Amino acid sequence: MTETQTENKERSIRILVAKPGLDGHDRGAKVVARALADAGYEVVYTGLHQTPEMVAATALQEDVDAIGLSIMSGAHLTLFPAVMEALKAQSAEDIVVFGGGIIPDDDLPKLQTIGVDKIFKPGASTTEIVEWVEGSLRPKVEARRG
Amino acid sequence: MHTDRVDRVRQGDLRAGSRLMRDLDDRIPKAIEELKSLYAHTGRGYIVGVTGNPGSGKSTVVDALIALYREQGLRVGVVAVDPTSPFSGGAILGDRIRMQRHALDPGVFIRSLATRGHLGGLSRSTFDVVSVLDALGFDRILVETVGVGQDEIDVMRAAHTSIVITVPGLGDDIQALKAGILEIADVLVVNKADREGVDRAVRDLTHMLQLRGHDERAQIEIVRTIAARGLGEGSGVRALAAAIDAHRERWDGGEEGRRRARDRAAAHVGDIVRDRLAERAARRMREQGGLDAVADKVAAREQDPYTAAEDILRDL
Ligand SMILES: Nc1nc2c(ncn2[C@@H]2O[C@H](COP(=O)(O)OP(=O)(O)O)[C@@H](O)[C@H]2O)c(=O)[nH]1
Ligand SMILES: [Mg+2]
Repeated sequence: MTETQTENKERSIRILVAKPGLDGHDRGAKVVARALADAGYEVVYTGLHQTPEMVAATALQEDVDAIGLSIMSGAHLTLFPAVMEALKAQSAEDIVVFGGGIIPDDDLPKLQTIGVDKIFKPGASTTEIVEWVEGSLRPKVEARRG
Repeated sequence: MHTDRVDRVRQGDLRAGSRLMRDLDDRIPKAIEELKSLYAHTGRGYIVGVTGNPGSGKSTVVDALIALYREQGLRVGVVAVDPTSPFSGGAILGDRIRMQRHALDPGVFIRSLATRGHLGGLSRSTFDVVSVLDALGFDRILVETVGVGQDEIDVMRAAHTSIVITVPGLGDDIQALKAGILEIADVLVVNKADREGVDRAVRDLTHMLQLRGHDERAQIEIVRTIAARGLGEGSGVRALAAAIDAHRERWDGGEEGRRRARDRAAAHVGDIVRDRLAERAARRMREQGGLDAVADKVAAREQDPYTAAEDILRDL
């Protein structure tokens, strides 16, 4: 039993890692899920072929702080907006959305405009992901949850 | 002050319930106050515990049972527990993968929990989430445990009906079940009945039950399932649900049912007491400079471990 666990000095961080869309490659998603778990976060992993509505429903039931989407199919400009819409439909826009996969630099501003918080490039290091969680996500979680 | 969220949960507001579960898991004092107010409104949901070794098919069985209960028009809540890594404190919660076909069904609510390494805390968080699902109005609450250790036995004692899952071809594994877990089984399942060695597994289990003599244990049903087939031809999941119902009808409303309810309540209270004492002891150790300080003395034989522990526990 560690001190944090008994004292609740810190909120837990829960993250949903999902693989929306039709392509059948979940290796990237699994790598991210594993990296986040190794960094001490609780990761809900739902596997392949999730529709945006399933992603939103799962995020609500699991009360996650963030959703990480792995998109390798090139469909990021449809899938990210669809997930954002599905969250909005559930009044759950406060859940932070981030992503990874094969996403050209040119598309980053578009994703930013619709509220995607962060895109990791293929091969992003665990350190980089953890720095984002601690530096950007955690303050939001603590502000929201108290 | 907290009546807001309590009311929303009682009205079946899933988002409010989901948030409350999180705050309870994070041990937020306000959430515990809310649970106190909610408790009087729980006790209607029927809790089914599902345990068995990792890979035996617990999540798959739960998925099939969800489908069956939904067919009967019942609302189903699920708590699925996965282990926290003792090294990182993180966890991958992957039980949902096998249940995702229910993700969009508003009559199904699935919540993953990590063990988080609390002393006795696994069962406490599980009890708490079950209580919230109960207050939200779910008719059946399925609890999938991690494996078959002592924590699981505690959780299973909290269920109305406990299912223990084994698979064929694990002779030693079935032997290992003897230690404790068979005592809490109300229904035994041999899953993966599409594999070699089912008859043997059923025979072994039957034999072990017979060794127990003619007490209530003798009434335990052994059900063969191929959970991977869902509710399809030959899956055996309908027979499993019937065995659960039979167990429920046997005890419901009678003396045995009241005894079990008392046991559940005792386990719940005992768990909270242990957890809080452990928390206080941990705080005391921190105040005294952590375990390392005493460990040096004990290792050097300047103090014995009992005196060191008694010092920490004094007036707790
Ligand atoms: N052959 C066979 N495989 C099964 C059956 N039920 C589950 N499985 C498989 O066993 C593996 C573990 O199942 P899972 O439900 O995740 O087990 P858990 O770890 O106990 O929750 C998965 O690959 C399932 O598809 C079954 O009836 N027959
Ligand atoms: Mg499982």
